[in-house]
Amino acid sequence: MRARLTARTFIWLQGLAGLVGLALLLEIVPRIGIVSPDYLPPFSAIMVALFKEMMTAEFWTALSDTLEAWAIGLVISVVAGVVIGIAIGSSQLLRKLTHSTIEFLRPIPSVALIPLAVLLFGSQIQSTLVLVVYASFWPVLIQVLYGVQDVDPVARETARSYGLGAWAQIRYVTWPTTLPYLMTGIRLAAAVALILAITSEVAIDTQGLGKEISDTESGGAVPIMYAYVFVAGIIGVIVNLGARALERRVLAWHPSVRLDAAEAGA
Amino acid sequence: MKNLLPPLPRRVAVALALPVTLIAAWWITSADSQSFYFPPLQTILQTFGKLWFSPRGLSDVMPSLWRFSVGYLAAAFLGIVIGIPIGTSRNLRNVLEPVLEFLRAIPPPVLVPVLILFVGLGNEMKALVILFGCIWPVLLNTVAGVRALDEVLAETVRSYRIGGFARLWHFMLPGASPQIFTGLRQSLSIGIILMVISEMFAAKDGIGFVLVQYQRTFAIPEMWSGIIMLGIIGIVLSLIFRAIEAWLLGWYYGLRQSQRAG
Amino acid sequence: MDRAVKSMLEVKALRKVYDDASRTVEAIRDVSFSVGQGELVCIVGPSGAGKTTLLKCIAGLLAPTAGTVVVEGTPVIGPPPAMAVVFQEYGRSLFPWMTVHDNVALPLKQKKMTAERREELVRNALAAVDLKGVDTAYPWQLSGGMQQRVAIARAVAYEPHVLLMDEPFAAVDAQTRADLEDLIRVLWHRLRVTVLFVTHDIDESVYLGQRVLVMSHAPTVIMEDVAIDLPEERTQLETRSMARFGELRKHVYSQIQLAKQGWRPPFK
Repeated sequence: MRARLTARTFIWLQGLAGLVGLALLLEIVPRIGIVSPDYLPPFSAIMVALFKEMMTAEFWTALSDTLEAWAIGLVISVVAGVVIGIAIGSSQLLRKLTHSTIEFLRPIPSVALIPLAVLLFGSQIQSTLVLVVYASFWPVLIQVLYGVQDVDPVARETARSYGLGAWAQIRYVTWPTTLPYLMTGIRLAAAVALILAITSEVAIDTQGLGKEISDTESGGAVPIMYAYVFVAGIIGVIVNLGARALERRVLAWHPSVRLDAAEAGA
Repeated sequence: MKNLLPPLPRRVAVALALPVTLIAAWWITSADSQSFYFPPLQTILQTFGKLWFSPRGLSDVMPSLWRFSVGYLAAAFLGIVIGIPIGTSRNLRNVLEPVLEFLRAIPPPVLVPVLILFVGLGNEMKALVILFGCIWPVLLNTVAGVRALDEVLAETVRSYRIGGFARLWHFMLPGASPQIFTGLRQSLSIGIILMVISEMFAAKDGIGFVLVQYQRTFAIPEMWSGIIMLGIIGIVLSLIFRAIEAWLLGWYYGLRQSQRAG
Repeated sequence: MDRAVKSMLEVKALRKVYDDASRTVEAIRDVSFSVGQGELVCIVGPSGAGKTTLLKCIAGLLAPTAGTVVVEGTPVIGPPPAMAVVFQEYGRSLFPWMTVHDNVALPLKQKKMTAERREELVRNALAAVDLKGVDTAYPWQLSGGMQQRVAIARAVAYEPHVLLMDEPFAAVDAQTRADLEDLIRVLWHRLRVTVLFVTHDIDESVYLGQRVLVMSHAPTVIMEDVAIDLPEERTQLETRSMARFGELRKHVYSQIQLAKQGWRPPFK
């Protein structure tokens, strides 16, 4: 007598099958020689290397270094994005004046700052922070600007007529409207921040997962390299899922007018 | 349709006000700068002109842009081609979604060492890195776009027995194109980043390579001019992208406007 | 009814059950009727009567659980070639990235014909629905009534033998609806096409149809097949004020009321 699978369980199983399929592919392809196992070790070898690495202190130091740079950079971007975003967004004049500058600076790739960061800070965490903050600031700022613009003018007028000062207006009118947008911005920024943190580690050799990857590559420790690549991916997935979960929770007790905007942020 | 925009000269003035002020401030404060790392803006701009409008300068920019174009366009093509069947089939989507989530979460720059293993340090490595990084936003957004195709329109297409290539070309692609363009836009910024990063490793030419060289040899004004050059490339590519998007998605802007007014 | 008239559409013992993970819904229990060539038959019923489900089964867009649909002697397993459907949501049924002209021409591109013939059909269809000068406009630039006309023109240009219409005028205003109703009668006369018209508007069904099939509440069966013996020439003003119109309307209305109260024909 088979229990009837619910639709949700079935979807979970399908997804699991996909992951297992990928692992199997990674196991078989090097073993039968389509690709040389020197370049792509079998999945099992990578997992063994991973577990061995996880016993070393070095692994956890690298992981925490990456996460530290990511977290600090993200917090700075979010705070700066919110403060500057609300300040600019609340004034039509400021918005118009800064529009061209923002559109101008936005597309500049953060990696353009790598040489400068290296000159100023070398391989310390500050270099990474420069890149992380520069890259993840913009998504937050743009979203906050959208949010402030979305404030209901009637609500604003009402607040003003009740004599609420600027600070109170922000707290009771601007902030609640902006919050869903901010969540989207944080989700986008979190992903970008992680990518840039690891990128700068690969490129500048600051301490962290990226450095381990580039070191192990040049040192020829290929399975360990892949183990770190795997970890980078897992961290990325956790950050993405976590950010999405956070966004959903905040939007849950929010009149979710902006749910579609959040989905559109992809 | 009301046209309440202020006259053009006024708009231009407002747009330029802050940038001009900032540039002027940079110029003035750095004018007699003795700082090694922050030379006068004047020097930087002079170097810029000398450097990038020379044959040598162009020979650094062109290979970068070429590799970028190859990687980006290949990623766009593959992302759309792979995304459409996944978006269409619910089962395929369920099976592949976790796999894709994982693969896209791998920061593309970490693939540079991996790819060096496979294909060495040449152009292929760089184009492949760009491809691996750019394909995910396009693919995932194509999937989302295909999923969101209007049901009534889908039924109309079926009822008129429009199938095969016609269905793809007249219905699925245009219908999903707004969402696809969102992905293409994200891929654009990622692609530029990867173009530079891949060249910062052992390379023979390219903007990233040149930038690293300047930094290593402490050629500071040149380095700054390189940074500005990268910024300009980013802006120009973004403008080109927007022009293409406006051309292809004109109907979409009109539709949204009429929906909002309606 | 004249049985000698060639049967264009036959629905036999149609049954549709929706069965998903959480529940089972019997939308249509047993529907059988036939439509002769060139007839205009209306289907009317309370909301929740499965009218749209029925239409989709006939159009080949939905597979029935049991029973058959036969169009021109051929069983329907997918959308049949000589059939065109006009949906209620005109805004979503037209391609927003194509002009009016291209929207009307698209279904024709798969039929084998010369470009000139196609252009002629498009031109005639747009003229037939009284749309002038909108060839190069986009659907979202037009009013609701005009958009629905474009959808009708597209169906007309396709030269179908059977025209299915699923509450096509439910989403337009009353004045436009009256104009469109008359347009349908004119087109029907001129093109001699067989029309199956689903509506929830009782007046509309009596005004338009030669017959009105009254549907029960889900699980749907046919309550009654009402013959509309109004004159062939109908106008909004005169026909609707005729005594016979009032009687038929009242009859259909009372059937619908019975349906809403859950009454069903015996043994169904």
